[in-house]
Amino acid sequence: MEILVCIKRVPVTAAKVTLTADEQAIDAKYLSFAPGPHEECAVEEAVQIIEKHGGKSTALTLGTEDAIEQLRYAASIGIDDLILLETDSDWPPMPTAKAIADAVQEQGQPFDLLLFGNESANTGGYQVGIRVAHALGLPVVTGVKKLEFADGKATAHRQTASGWELYEVPLPAVFTIKEGINVPRYPSIPRKLKAKRKPIQRIVPGKGDVGLEKVRLTVPDVEASDVNILGHGADAAPKVVELLKELGLV
Amino acid sequence: MTILTVIEHDQGVIEPLTFGMLTAARELASDADVPLHAVLIGADVEELADGLGEYGVEAVYLMEDDALEAFAPNAWAACVLTAMDEDEVTAVVGLGSEMSNEIMAHVAARADLPLATNCIAIQPEEDEAWAVTRLRWGGTLHEEAKLYGEPKLLTIFALGIEPEEESVDVEVIDVEPALEEADLMVRVVSRIKPEQTGISLTDAPVVVSGGRGVGSSEGFAILDELAALLNGAVGCSRVVTNNGWRPHSEQIGQTGVRVAPELYIACGISGATQHMSGCSGAKHLLSINKDEQAAIFTKSDTAVVGDLHVVLPAIIAEMKKN
Amino acid sequence: MSDLPKKAKVVVIGAGIVGNSIVYHLAKLGWEDMVLIDKGPLPNPGGSTGHASNFLFLATHAKEFAELTLDSVKLYKELGVYTECGGIEVARTEARMEEFRRLMGSAKKWGVEAYYVTPEEVKELVPFIDEETILGGLYQPGVGVVDSLQAGTLMREYGEEKGVLTSHPNVEVMDIETEDGAIKAVITDKGRIETEYVVIAAGVWSPRLAKMAGATIPLTPQVHQMISVGPIDILAETDGELGYPIVRDMDTFMYERQSGSDMEVGSYAHRAILVHPDDIPSNEEAEMSPTELPFTEDDFEQQFEDSLELMPDILGDETAGIRHAINGLLSLTPDGYPLIGETPEVKKLWSVAAIWIKEGPGTGRLVAEWMTHGEPEIDCHHSDISRFSNYARGEYHSNERTAEAFIKTYGIVHPREQWISNRNVRVSPYYAMQQELGAVFFETAGWERPQWYASNEKLLAEFGDKVMDRPNEWDSRWWSPIINAEHLAMRERVGMVDLTALSIFDIKGKGAADYMQKMAMAQMKVKVGRGVYTPILSYKGGFKSDLTILRMGKDHYRVITGGSDGPRDMKWFSDHLPSDDSVYMVDMTSGLSTIGVWGPKARELMQSLTKTDMSNEAFRYGWWQNLRIDGVEVLAFRISYVGELGWEIYVPMEYALGIGKKIWEAGQAFGIVPVGIGVYGSTGRLEKGYRLMSAELDADYSPVEAGLSRPKVKRADFIGKEGYMQARKEGPTAVLCTLTVEDHTSKSGEKRYLQGGEPILTLDGEIIVDAKGRRSYATSAGDGPSLGKQIILAYLPLAYAKIDEKLYVEYMGESYPVTVRSIDSTPIFDPTNERMK
Repeated sequence: MEILVCIKRVPVTAAKVTLTADEQAIDAKYLSFAPGPHEECAVEEAVQIIEKHGGKSTALTLGTEDAIEQLRYAASIGIDDLILLETDSDWPPMPTAKAIADAVQEQGQPFDLLLFGNESANTGGYQVGIRVAHALGLPVVTGVKKLEFADGKATAHRQTASGWELYEVPLPAVFTIKEGINVPRYPSIPRKLKAKRKPIQRIVPGKGDVGLEKVRLTVPDVEASDVNILGHGADAAPKVVELLKELGLV
Repeated sequence: MTILTVIEHDQGVIEPLTFGMLTAARELASDADVPLHAVLIGADVEELADGLGEYGVEAVYLMEDDALEAFAPNAWAACVLTAMDEDEVTAVVGLGSEMSNEIMAHVAARADLPLATNCIAIQPEEDEAWAVTRLRWGGTLHEEAKLYGEPKLLTIFALGIEPEEESVDVEVIDVEPALEEADLMVRVVSRIKPEQTGISLTDAPVVVSGGRGVGSSEGFAILDELAALLNGAVGCSRVVTNNGWRPHSEQIGQTGVRVAPELYIACGISGATQHMSGCSGAKHLLSINKDEQAAIFTKSDTAVVGDLHVVLPAIIAEMKKN
Repeated sequence: MSDLPKKAKVVVIGAGIVGNSIVYHLAKLGWEDMVLIDKGPLPNPGGSTGHASNFLFLATHAKEFAELTLDSVKLYKELGVYTECGGIEVARTEARMEEFRRLMGSAKKWGVEAYYVTPEEVKELVPFIDEETILGGLYQPGVGVVDSLQAGTLMREYGEEKGVLTSHPNVEVMDIETEDGAIKAVITDKGRIETEYVVIAAGVWSPRLAKMAGATIPLTPQVHQMISVGPIDILAETDGELGYPIVRDMDTFMYERQSGSDMEVGSYAHRAILVHPDDIPSNEEAEMSPTELPFTEDDFEQQFEDSLELMPDILGDETAGIRHAINGLLSLTPDGYPLIGETPEVKKLWSVAAIWIKEGPGTGRLVAEWMTHGEPEIDCHHSDISRFSNYARGEYHSNERTAEAFIKTYGIVHPREQWISNRNVRVSPYYAMQQELGAVFFETAGWERPQWYASNEKLLAEFGDKVMDRPNEWDSRWWSPIINAEHLAMRERVGMVDLTALSIFDIKGKGAADYMQKMAMAQMKVKVGRGVYTPILSYKGGFKSDLTILRMGKDHYRVITGGSDGPRDMKWFSDHLPSDDSVYMVDMTSGLSTIGVWGPKARELMQSLTKTDMSNEAFRYGWWQNLRIDGVEVLAFRISYVGELGWEIYVPMEYALGIGKKIWEAGQAFGIVPVGIGVYGSTGRLEKGYRLMSAELDADYSPVEAGLSRPKVKRADFIGKEGYMQARKEGPTAVLCTLTVEDHTSKSGEKRYLQGGEPILTLDGEIIVDAKGRRSYATSAGDGPSLGKQIILAYLPLAYAKIDEKLYVEYMGESYPVTVRSIDSTPIFDPTNERMK
């Protein structure tokens, strides 16, 4: 099985989010970066599938030189090949999907599986995986929390409010993965070292239509903290029960 | 010109947030002085059409096909595209939900149009681009953006929009969906009902949620007990699932479940944005934390300062006393 | 949790291990109305204590660290938070093995149990180590791990339960108010607290807080990287206990320490990563905690390899993942010592910063004693925050030096090793002249001072074997036989020493004489024209300083002290000035240059330059006179720290170069040699048994024991008199003796030369301990070229303090025979001081 997993570099946010002065990004001065949680699971899933079924995996990201850190992360989990679609900034979904699809076609579309995160942690566009699928003429299942293979087909499970939906699709196919499909492993030291030495294929993609153009980011006004402290320790219990009564819950 | 909305339903049950979306879309339509239309997709969904008039939908494109019995996102997208051809559409508006975002993404991909998901403010502009404000980071940040393309494709984040009724007569227009095999290739082949062990997280009036402060999987016993007493459900933060203390299905937050109960009791949860975006819809947020300066206190309605392993047993004892 | 009080006796800022220790010990000493605040939550406010690796290695070279660590271990044990697991330092290089031999000497010196272990023995203790990678180790069974947060909580609770302390988390200091140079109040985001004392125990944030009060705490936060790898089966099997000794892989600057089922791998190997105190995130902004910054993996690349090499079985396990990784912040200081004491800028503002877990409780005790009694039990000269001169209080110096220092954390640091960064900060007027003479500069208090002159190399041939050349590289590092050649030339002819780095301050005013009487142990009401060498005692009668005081006039004294002692001494003198303005102090350091001219030809040389009668009768020893050299008036003081006839010539700075050149030129006829501090600070003084502050002299030994008591005690009262009288009555327990090394030949046949600090052993090879538990070691060691032997100064218990007593000194794991030559201040070279007449 040949698997492509697409990831995105995002900051790991703390309790308080501060923006850069130009309001274009989160001020990551104190923050580290990681692939989004869904994508970490996609990477782990790719590695597990290869471990089980054999084959080769490739991680791809679109972003600046800094995003190599996330490719190295993927390699330290067990991904074989790394591709950087090198840009000077984050791109919106349309050109991102186009660049990925172009890159995949350039490789001759060797992949049986193309894994994405269900939606990116930072922009939450819900569309890059789907756009890539259409560009490549492949079926796509989103929100996948379980993936099984038999007879050249994949069965993808996804969770909705009313239970589990099962999809069956022939391969090659695109899947967008949701956190919960697995628990990603931590990279071991030997894998870290191997990851450092992995070559990175760099491609400079052409940028198509932007479609959606970020003007600025804002931090939503949070209502002034007006928390009513009911009390300290066990002594607060009667007040909590009073509150439950007020809310009509007991 | 019209505003075309996509009606989301799960096997014939309209997602309630759809009405909030319709309320917002109607405002958009009336501002632009254009009618509000909807597309209704499924195997046997005609009876849903009438109710849409209560939210100002003047025309419903009813797309029925037996092949749509099983949910197939790409087929829904094909239907939306067909409906778009029926009229001169200014904008196609869906609900900012997992399902509608998916459908709209298919629409956008097939029409080669941009899509703005999870919008909370939409300002149509004279020139080509509309100014939209959309959620990022699960709502922690807002993005002001320009949306290009014709028609505009967007989804509205409707949590918190109070649906307002405004009855109009609905014209139901039957349209034959021209579905191709490829549209139906990805469809639900079977469903598994969730193991019903109690009330579901999204339905529960009370969610008792635990974070790092719970300390261990055993530590959740006291949360289970309180939830049972309150006919509620237990949730948790991402740290908890990462530590393997609870299953991911109970994770509240940006990459987990989003809940909006009457009461959300956050126990030993610090208040990271990842988590808060999953519970900000709660009507009342009560947090219990040892650290009075925990970020979650600034986002809470009420709070108890103290160790949850002391406070929760005391609450349970007090409830039993009453 | 109570409301913030409006008034307090003392506000302690910072609830890490340090702040908690201070309130605990202050409470024990009877303090009341104490307030402990921290901007973070409790019990872990997010400072360096919260992410510390919490292990304590005991063997170290420096006395203050050793004493504070041992005291801290005792306190941790009392609190029940110390888990002894042992620790091994392992060596990958022969240089490190040699360092272990030196460290073993220090372990003996401070009473720390330590054993050499072979690679196979290391393997037995730590089965997952690859013994092929190491040459050996030093095992310390007493090494342990503490729960520093629990220790802090217990100590804080003691004060709270006693009703003398309230603790207030989540209170941020916005400003510190002062009035007339003293603390007035602390302004916080939750209110103002009027207070008499403020203690800054805020670790990496300390510089910011000090600045609010107009003071300086010169430290630089730096990153220490740590990863946690697990789960590891063999560690999980120990069931949460520490199953294996902590390993310090010294040559890769790393440690491996078990934490549950994980192995924590920490590093001091990476590039110095400095973080400005203003760039530390708040609790809310931080991803982990304010002092746990995102891990920068590229800086750890080599460390992955190195740790894997040492522990391949467990760290190479594919199922053991890096579960946690941080760039943890810690505090580094320009000279590696903590920053303790009242700040020189603001009265009753105390700094207790740059303390590690291993010194926390001991330091807390020390500071509490200091605040209560005016001096601590443990001498902390090196850590005294008032030690810094002007330039060294600035951020620039701290950044430059700590950047250089980081790699020395686990490094092998030679006792004479010089800093490379921020040099040439203070230079004397003769600097260019000295450069021409090939001076090799050593730094003290920012001053560049010639240690020896390459131009004197020609003297090596003249003195031949007498220069006592050192064949061993370590022994001769930062050293040259030219020093000894300069010494011999000075003793034969005349030497010229640049002493511009001396600190000088004048005491003036109508109360000056009474004030000086109070400050000094020696009689100060002497004739105008006299210069007196005197100990300055602490309240309890220990050594605060030793210095020379000239009586310049009826109401005018001049105090002359060491370059690096100056700032500390000036604070001490300034702290005791009478409040009625009857006495004032003027810093003359930047106004006066000093040249020492010594040797048998010194008188002839000086006489050739001036009309003033320089004869022994007209210009007596211990007196000063103004005289003119080609019309320029200078002050000449007949004194000697090298045991030769001669003078210190004090010249106003702008005249200094001209006068210096005149002496140099006139000296040619007398065979003058430029002489470096290698002679002045070591060989010259050791032959004469002259004591050095912070080496022989500190608060642990009385003037009686140091051999500096006088036959009579002056009638006037002076600081420390009571303690001094008591010490005289009691008599010494140990006395400072002068010893000589009888044979330098090591087992391998190589001649080895001591560096100072070596333990003194009995003929049975046992370390010598006096009745007060103090161990005998070489407070100084150096060459005595005129005697042809190395000289040691060491305190010996009376039983051993006998002329001709035979003992051993241990150096680099081998014993060398030594003989006691003097048991008081009688010099072993020229005992009757004939040469100084």
